[in-house]
Amino acid sequence: MIETEKRTLAQSLNNTAWSKQAWKLLSMPMLLFLAIPILAIFVRNSPRELLQNLNERQVTQAISLSLATSSVTTLLTLIFGTPVAYLLGTHKFKGYHIVDTLIDIPTVLPPSVAGVALLMAFGRRGLVGALLAEKGITIPFTFIAVVMAQFFIASPLYVRSATVGFAGIEKELKQAAALDGANRWQVFRYIVLPLSGNALLSGGVMTWARALGEFGATIIFAGNFPGRTQTMPLAIYIGFEIELNVALTLSIILICFSFLTLILVKGFLHKRLDIGIDLVND
Amino acid sequence: MRSKILSILMLSLLLLSAGCSTQAATSVPTEVVEEQAAAPATEAEEAAEAPVEARTLTVLAAASLTESFTELGLLFEAQNEGVTVALSFAGSQALAEQLGQGAAADVFASANTKYMTAVVDAGRVNADDAQTFAYNKLVVIYPKDNPGELTQLQDLAKSGLMIILADETVPVGKYSQEFLDKASADESFGSDFKDNVLANVVSFEDNVKAVVTKISLGEADAGIVYVTDITADAAESIDKLDIPDELNTIGTYPIAPVADSQNADLAASFVSFVLSDEGQAVLAKYGFVNATAE
Repeated sequence: MIETEKRTLAQSLNNTAWSKQAWKLLSMPMLLFLAIPILAIFVRNSPRELLQNLNERQVTQAISLSLATSSVTTLLTLIFGTPVAYLLGTHKFKGYHIVDTLIDIPTVLPPSVAGVALLMAFGRRGLVGALLAEKGITIPFTFIAVVMAQFFIASPLYVRSATVGFAGIEKELKQAAALDGANRWQVFRYIVLPLSGNALLSGGVMTWARALGEFGATIIFAGNFPGRTQTMPLAIYIGFEIELNVALTLSIILICFSFLTLILVKGFLHKRLDIGIDLVND
Repeated sequence: MRSKILSILMLSLLLLSAGCSTQAATSVPTEVVEEQAAAPATEAEEAAEAPVEARTLTVLAAASLTESFTELGLLFEAQNEGVTVALSFAGSQALAEQLGQGAAADVFASANTKYMTAVVDAGRVNADDAQTFAYNKLVVIYPKDNPGELTQLQDLAKSGLMIILADETVPVGKYSQEFLDKASADESFGSDFKDNVLANVVSFEDNVKAVVTKISLGEADAGIVYVTDITADAAESIDKLDIPDELNTIGTYPIAPVADSQNADLAASFVSFVLSDEGQAVLAKYGFVNATAE
């Protein structure tokens, strides 16, 4: 009896090893398809050229504008997205699914649609923009327009992640703290935030990275002006048509940023998240 | 589990929408099927007897040719049974770059000679094949209610005005800069005219149609585009200020079959069609100055 069990176990182990190889083989086409273009960009540019291009005014302007706008976008997302995420993560209410879907819409929408929609809402003749224009405020073609386009596209990533973080905190923990005399703010500050910190942080990093890559909504709503609204993706698009080297340099920078983001989110943050869960369970 | 299913659904939707949007952006096949369906019965019978091979002619054309080439494409399809003309419109610089990188196409129509030369240099077009088929002029446009209170060209330098130009990489953007240079050399404008106008620019768009759209939406006070961009549709929401010929830059439009075209015969006949009296009449209808008349 034990013998046969052993044999089947060995067999199934063998099977697993075999099927692992098979799955690996079947995965190759897709993996190669994703990896080759990314490698190709690096092959086309020599490191010296890269450094030379980094000194070009258009390149430096685009980099600093991109870093500034995506950081402001992330900050605003933390401020305005956290209440929404907390609401979705900890409360059930009438119209929950409507709010939930609304948050998901920008992730599904083509960014160009978002750009047109923003123009219809906040353009000089737009729904809200017309009122602002009367007061002498015009949004399109400004730094603010870039941030708004990025916020529209990228903020849901944070809200999604934070919602999961908030939902994962056990009610009993908060109740216990409240019993011990903590007020609502203290519960939020000392229980909720630390326990959901990693989810918030990884959501924030994802939002930042997505904002950095925003193109479609930006070029439609904020236009293209070097130093004012021309972010890295826009400079790549315009540069692609005249100076391929500029486009390649900026592409390499964006690829590096994307990698850093993913490493940060996947490796470091998730590890800490796991430890966090263990601690809670203890 | 539910959220997993939902996210898969979302993802497939996303892919689907991405697929749709790229398709819409890259090619605009004119409706040959409907055309044929509407064709007289005798023609349909002939077609039934000798089935013609369905072929697609890919034409890359400058954004400013959108309306005229769409009509030319339909006429060409009507005259050549079984042929579908797939038109792809973008800034000439973008099309030239696509060709340079090896994009498959049959005909290239550029809004200036520079990008035709670039394509010749890239080996995609034979130098002798490029022919001028039309000329175009610049014009200043503004929203119909004239928020910038423009009455003359000099007003473009008024401080606080919001101007949209095409990027300098786009032919019309280059021509706009040339107009500003010429005007600055003119006494009635003053030498600081160009600098003042450029200080008012809020965006350099990547193609001329984006300038027209944003002006017709009233997002800025003025823009510089081609005369031909004021289509019947656009004329409902924008007005224009003419730029006198001595300050204007006359844009030259070359056309050529792509050297390694898989449909060389069709490509050549499309080029001759554009240069024919019929083709030139269509272009004139949209405001182009004819090339063959000169």
